Amino acid sequence: MGLELSSHLHPVGSFDLSDHPVPTGREEVWRFTPLKRLRGLHDGAALGGTGVGAEYDGPDGVAVEPLAAGSAELGSSGFVPTDRVSARVWHEAGQRYAVTVPADTELDAPAVLTLTGKSVDDATATHAVITIGAHSRATVVVRFEGSATLADVVEIVVGDGAQLTYVTVQDWADDAVHHSTQHAKVGRDASLKHVAVTFGGDLVRHDTTATYDGPGGSIEMLGLYFADEGQHIEHRLFVDHTAPKTKSHVVYKGALQGQGAHTVWIGNVLIRKEAEGIETYEENRNLVLTDGCQADSVPNLEIETGEIEGAGHASATARFDDEQLFYLRSRGVSEKEARRLVVHGFFNDLIRKIAVPELEESLTATVETELAKNVLKELS
Amino acid sequence: MSTLEIKDLAVSVKTDDGDKQILKGVTLTIKAGETHAIMGPNGSGKSTLAYSVAGHPKYDITGGSVTLDGEDVLAMSVDERARAGLFLAMQYPVEVPGVSVSNFLRTAKTALDGEAPKLRTWVKDVNKALEDLNLDPSFGTRSVNEGFSGGEKKRHEIAQLELLDPKVAVLDETDSGLDIDALKVVSDGVNRFRAKDGKGVLLITHYTRILRYIEPDFVHVFVDGRVAESGGPELAEELEANGYDKYLRAAV
Repeated sequence: MGLELSSHLHPVGSFDLSDHPVPTGREEVWRFTPLKRLRGLHDGAALGGTGVGAEYDGPDGVAVEPLAAGSAELGSSGFVPTDRVSARVWHEAGQRYAVTVPADTELDAPAVLTLTGKSVDDATATHAVITIGAHSRATVVVRFEGSATLADVVEIVVGDGAQLTYVTVQDWADDAVHHSTQHAKVGRDASLKHVAVTFGGDLVRHDTTATYDGPGGSIEMLGLYFADEGQHIEHRLFVDHTAPKTKSHVVYKGALQGQGAHTVWIGNVLIRKEAEGIETYEENRNLVLTDGCQADSVPNLEIETGEIEGAGHASATARFDDEQLFYLRSRGVSEKEARRLVVHGFFNDLIRKIAVPELEESLTATVETELAKNVLKELS
Repeated sequence: MSTLEIKDLAVSVKTDDGDKQILKGVTLTIKAGETHAIMGPNGSGKSTLAYSVAGHPKYDITGGSVTLDGEDVLAMSVDERARAGLFLAMQYPVEVPGVSVSNFLRTAKTALDGEAPKLRTWVKDVNKALEDLNLDPSFGTRSVNEGFSGGEKKRHEIAQLELLDPKVAVLDETDSGLDIDALKVVSDGVNRFRAKDGKGVLLITHYTRILRYIEPDFVHVFVDGRVAESGGPELAEELEANGYDKYLRAAV
């Protein structure tokens, strides 16, 4: 079996697990992923585990509650599995829950969910549905910590005129494996800022897709990642412009250091025939800090109508810029300090764009911690 | 009192066709309180001289010596040279995205002095330096050189000169691309620096017009990687009238 695809920008979904054969690694959407390290999430590993504990901390006005299998909320974003891992989560998730902000509500602080993995042995699947009611404004932060083998599906529904900043921070221990499928539906004149920050984990793969539920919606996707020795960090993004006058802006920035550090960024954008007057731009920049790293960066743009405001993309992967280092050092700044300035500078713009003050300091500190592992150590 | 002494300096760069000799034995002594202008046609090696003294990795020193107060400059790293008291105002200042001007200046000042500057006076000094160069105080929050106009980049270089206060400043075509108002602002900045005790300036330029605002003590004509003639300010006037032709013919 298997589904017929005209192109991977027109994925055909199915809830039927038998429509999703075990990937071999030759498929376009799997060719970068080291399947052997997925611990069977893509195959048949039991997923019933409860290896991830959840803790909620946030303002009043947010409901966090478990969902029973088959609840109407599941699938409310229009999510239909397009790969075997998310299809398995759909059927086998041991934990399902909803995070709901009612309509016309403005949260005065971020809603923070902390998911802590207890063990890599107990493969776990979770399915969450995050719903922001019409004209509400909210920031939701999900932090992942500890050791885990986790497959999750996160559905994000942003109601008409609502504004959501959704941040995931993958601060996993070194041995964690995390396959995340995220699907967002953005309402009429609504806006979603989707932020993925990934530092930890042995293998982290995100499939993030977004569609529009009416004209005027806006999606911003920001990513910040730092891959160390042996780490595989993969972000596959797909913005599907399904409605006119919609916007998308994607900026992902990453740094790599250490033997075998591998990052993958796939930026897919589809502009459908009906999506007239849209604007899209996507950008990926990678800073290679040491030898032995690999950064794959693939922007794809498929345009079915020429009646658009603008569409573009950029991708760049580079080492330290010698001219920048020379300039800083010619002012007396040591080589070590110059490198630190350049890397902080590289990420600063992005951290500023995330614009969640509660996170800003810890993100800057994490960048500093990552730098201490290699870049600053070698020179000291 | 400091002295920058360049002796028989020979420098090459790697090109696709092998090493190319750019400087062919340059000798120059810049003493405290002196301003030397180096004038020469394009491609004569003026910028190579500036970048070699600052330590740019692109240039290979194949002979000669550079000393600052007797210390071997060529043995120093780029940042050590700056900490020893050298400053290079670049012709094409480099953009450093995400690093704010104020963070950059404070980091540089801290590196040069070995301790962080006192916050209260430092902020005042920075604002004054920016204001003196006709740069808006909001410059402090912008990324270093990013999105600056050509003139803003040059004025930012001279603001750094005044704040970082080196012993010897090498100014590489600081006048190029400036309109007359900006040229005056930049020249005023250089003159304030010169007016301090014991500062040396090596002013590299293609045109004579900046010398109307910054009067040099010595003028050197630079042709084909070496000093072809040295003299006083009157040499600049002669170049203004007659150009470089006579030197270029001699070099061929």
